[in-house]
Amino acid sequence: MTIALLPFLACCVLIATGATLLLERSLVRILAGVIVLGNGVNLLIVTAGGDAGGPPFVGTPGMADPVPQAMVLTAIVITLGVTAFLLALVHRSWQLTGSDEVQDDTEDRRVRLRARRGELGDAVRARRDAYRRLVVEQRAELANLEAEQAERERLEEADLERRIARVHDELEEWMRRLEQEGISQEELEQRLEEAGLREDAATMDNLQRIDELREEHSRGREAQAARERALRRKLKARQRDARRQMRAAIREERERQALAQDPELEGDD
Amino acid sequence: MDAPIPLESLVCVPVLLPLLAAGVKLAIGGRLRRLQSLISLGTLGLSLAVAIVLMIAADERGPLVTELGGWAAPIGICLVADRLSTLVLVVSSAVTLCVMAYSVVNAYDEQEHDAPMAIFHPAFLVMVAGVADAFLSGDLFNLFVAFELLLSGSYVLLTFGGTESRIRAGATYTLMALASSMLFLIALAISYGATGTLSLAQLAERFATLPEQVKLLVELTLLLAFGIKAAIFPMSAWLPDSYPTAPAPATAVFAGLLTKVGVYSIIRLEALLFPGGPVSTLLMWVALATMLAGVLGAVAQTDLKRMLSFTLVSHIGYMVFGVGLSTVAGMAGAIFYVVHHITVQTSLFLVTGMIERRTGTTSVTRLGGLMRATPLIAVLFFVPAMNLSGIPPMSGFLGKLMLVQAGLADGRWLPVTLVVAGLVTSLLTLYAVAKAWGKAFWRGPRGDRVGQVLESEENTGEDPTVTTATLPVALPLSVAALVALGLSFTVLAGPLSALAERAATELMAREPYVTAVLGGTR
Repeated sequence: MTIALLPFLACCVLIATGATLLLERSLVRILAGVIVLGNGVNLLIVTAGGDAGGPPFVGTPGMADPVPQAMVLTAIVITLGVTAFLLALVHRSWQLTGSDEVQDDTEDRRVRLRARRGELGDAVRARRDAYRRLVVEQRAELANLEAEQAERERLEEADLERRIARVHDELEEWMRRLEQEGISQEELEQRLEEAGLREDAATMDNLQRIDELREEHSRGREAQAARERALRRKLKARQRDARRQMRAAIREERERQALAQDPELEGDD
Repeated sequence: MDAPIPLESLVCVPVLLPLLAAGVKLAIGGRLRRLQSLISLGTLGLSLAVAIVLMIAADERGPLVTELGGWAAPIGICLVADRLSTLVLVVSSAVTLCVMAYSVVNAYDEQEHDAPMAIFHPAFLVMVAGVADAFLSGDLFNLFVAFELLLSGSYVLLTFGGTESRIRAGATYTLMALASSMLFLIALAISYGATGTLSLAQLAERFATLPEQVKLLVELTLLLAFGIKAAIFPMSAWLPDSYPTAPAPATAVFAGLLTKVGVYSIIRLEALLFPGGPVSTLLMWVALATMLAGVLGAVAQTDLKRMLSFTLVSHIGYMVFGVGLSTVAGMAGAIFYVVHHITVQTSLFLVTGMIERRTGTTSVTRLGGLMRATPLIAVLFFVPAMNLSGIPPMSGFLGKLMLVQAGLADGRWLPVTLVVAGLVTSLLTLYAVAKAWGKAFWRGPRGDRVGQVLESEENTGEDPTVTTATLPVALPLSVAALVALGLSFTVLAGPLSALAERAATELMAREPYVTAVLGGTR
């Protein structure tokens, strides 16, 4: 069979227009699309019925095919009903939301939410990493300080030992000098005792200096420990601070997230 | 033909009776609730009885044909009841009866919103009439009208009450259905232009003489239209979006029947109009995509209704797979699976409705401890859930077994791949429902969720998460009847699969259908 070109082209234009309008967001435009599309399709059915002819009565020569016309009537009525229903939907949607836009479906919203959640996760991870880096840095700093401290202590101890050794050397020098002067061993010891008894200034000075040095050493150590303790305390406080800051940031992010949460998606994930 | 009453005239009863009842109920309006329920239940019960009689008769004597208005077949429109259509009709009638019983009890107990009640039953009955008409239709245009009938019923049910989420979902659903209807009309125009007829039997004869390209064009357009209705993968996104928002009985019957009407139409299309075309390979590919996409979606959900909607999409893939095999065994498997799936999916959605009724939520993250609080609901959910995922010896397992055997018997690599995909899908379904069951029922109740519970006058005290209201006794009864129906397919597996086999044989032979409709006029 052949079909008329003009009605067919009209069908094509109507159907294409309707399909394009169906892709719109606004329900009213979609409704217009449905109507145009429906008319195009109905015209297509009539066109498929063949050429125009006489009235379809039995016995009429060259009568038109009545079946497509009957079908088109049915289709028109159905389109009418659905259009009315869609109009009601549009109206209700406008009543409820103040717009006639078609909303995104739940799955799309979930995907978007998940993406946002991913961003939040990234932000939290970045925070945590920064915190960890900070802790590592501070540990390294502490270790450095401790190492310096130990080095200083070692130097001080070495200095002390050197000084003690010098005192010993002086003592020995003094004894050797006396020996060279021809004083016997017994006499020397006696002299030493005497010196001890009369509290010989030089000797006493030496001993006292040793004691003082020892005391100074222990004082230094205490001061060192106190400094170290203070340092650790400060470090802890700084860590705590950083942690608190991190938590606050995460909480804030979560709250922002909760505001964006969809009531329909409640309880998901 | 020596029956006391001409059985042929019974064929139109499942279509006419609900329509008539819907009209009467619209006239009654919101008054006389008891009479209303009686009319609804009586109508559906009668339809079920007639469907059973038709099934037996169609099985014994071959297809029964009613010519509407007395016009002979190729000119007038006819209703045809063959083995396939009557089998699906019986199951759908039984399911709608149970769902109607559920909604009657539900509405009675709630004692509220009278005005929507006056709309719910007529819309439901119109939809039931549309479903029956779609199953029985022997004419492509009448099939279109049937679709519109059931869709207009479903539009009303889906947007019931006109809340914001329902309006949003309803807009998507209506537009998808409209797009599908327009495609269907275009296909009708092309077929009529090419063949000059829309009677299925005559189309079956005339399509054989058409050039391949025209045939393919019509077939693909129709497939697209039916595929949208059946929610086959690339066109399935509308389903999990719109179904969960509807009231529970509506969702249940949508899930059970509306997609199956699409599947039924695809079966008819492939078996009667275009046997053995190149489209069967395409069907197998989309079946694969449908199964996997659906079940992966189901695994990701935490809301019971959404999870079930995704498994619904996924299991449509099994039926499409059976059709795509285009062998008698594959077709029989698909038919058996349709019967099984209608029952199981409906009962799952009804149970979810009961859960929502009792707890006020269907989100498994908020539910808990239902096992202890309502063991009856737990059992009613557990049995069809296991049935759905194909635990032997339930009908889900038998349906999958039939499809697996049919796929392996085919032997090509694509069907075997599909068999493997089907088993994976089955496992993942089991995982999804078991996860949901474990969370909602098995674990202990959550004390910190007290604030989110609806208020109730009767609180059992020990378990604040799950007590809001007591359920009327008849509510679980109607669901239990459905679950029992699902289980009975195991007991009746022999006769049922034999009937499915016979239906598939009749379907693939095409001859009985065409002869019964066209009779001597050929």
